[in-house]
Amino acid sequence: MKPSSHGPGRDKSDQDVVIEIGGIPIALETNDAGFLTLLRGRYGEYMRVGGKSDVKFRVELVEPDSFNPDDDAAVWLEDGEWHLERGDFRARWSPETREGLIHQAPNPYSIDSVLRITHTLLLAKTGGFLLHASSAVRNGKAFLFSGLSEAGKTTIARLAPHDATLLTDEASYVRRLNDQYLAYGTPFAGELGEPGKNVSAPIAAVYLLAKSPENRITKVEPAEATRRLLRNILFFAHDAELVRQVFESACDFVAAVPVYQLSFFPDERVWDLIG
Amino acid sequence: MPQSEKYLTKSKTVAARVLGDEVIIMSTADSTIFMLNPTGTVIWQAADGNTPLSRIIVEKLCEQFDVPVEQAATDAEDFVAEMAAHGVLVVSEEPISR
Repeated sequence: MKPSSHGPGRDKSDQDVVIEIGGIPIALETNDAGFLTLLRGRYGEYMRVGGKSDVKFRVELVEPDSFNPDDDAAVWLEDGEWHLERGDFRARWSPETREGLIHQAPNPYSIDSVLRITHTLLLAKTGGFLLHASSAVRNGKAFLFSGLSEAGKTTIARLAPHDATLLTDEASYVRRLNDQYLAYGTPFAGELGEPGKNVSAPIAAVYLLAKSPENRITKVEPAEATRRLLRNILFFAHDAELVRQVFESACDFVAAVPVYQLSFFPDERVWDLIG
Repeated sequence: MPQSEKYLTKSKTVAARVLGDEVIIMSTADSTIFMLNPTGTVIWQAADGNTPLSRIIVEKLCEQFDVPVEQAATDAEDFVAEMAAHGVLVVSEEPISR
């Protein structure tokens, strides 16, 4: 691994910034002013300087060609540490000490992926998850629109009326707090290219998206809803216990939140059915 | 020669939940998902390691679905073989203690 011109190790120019998504703060320690600027641009209202964090990463920047770019994402637990690797980053952190290290080139995509994976690991322990879904708050309630690529997540987000607050058009953040499921805004943007608003609301429904000549909502039975939800939950780790936790989380979620299929024609009338 | 008995138990490498009248099962090894129909659900729920498959067929399947023993036995054998091949059910000729 080739370090960049910025050497490892903390010095007086190091700065901790905290990126808080879903109410879970993750600190990043870096001495690179350019990288800090990049983080500010990327995470905007989700970012602050200093303060408490649930996990703290030291970020060491390396040259862009330090890794094999063809390497797929891999996440595993070894010797008490989570290891996160892909063709553009290497990271590890300890669930016990809550400290870790990231090696990556100075680009926003790598840190974005490390944050997403870390959040999936943190959420799995508490019944939450990240879902391939756009989401929005309307009349104080959150609605999730789930599907894989081309299902219409961004289309639904683009069609949202003015009284809807967009949480994300890409990855919805679901937490269980006091037996209630909440959706949070995330900076994880899809084709829309805009971060969601940093707000949260109780989840009223999940809509599984299907494009259609007409708008129609049909209830999805619990087992089928769980199967389809599991297909859309972001999950990277090769770890049997974590798979079990995610499965239980999906089952519990479906027992508490109604899941529908939303067959929709892509124009603004679809929102007449929502909220 | 009489056919030996089969005893079934749920694999420890899967997570499962009864939802409505269906069971959804997920392999914790490779995340494969299985959805059981009502017949499969009855067999799954009865797979306690001590009840022989022949008794599950007669006392559960024939009773609940009003089908002849031969047909229920064929369906059950096929289902058990498939689930065992996927590592969802563990099958033994002896009772299985957990």
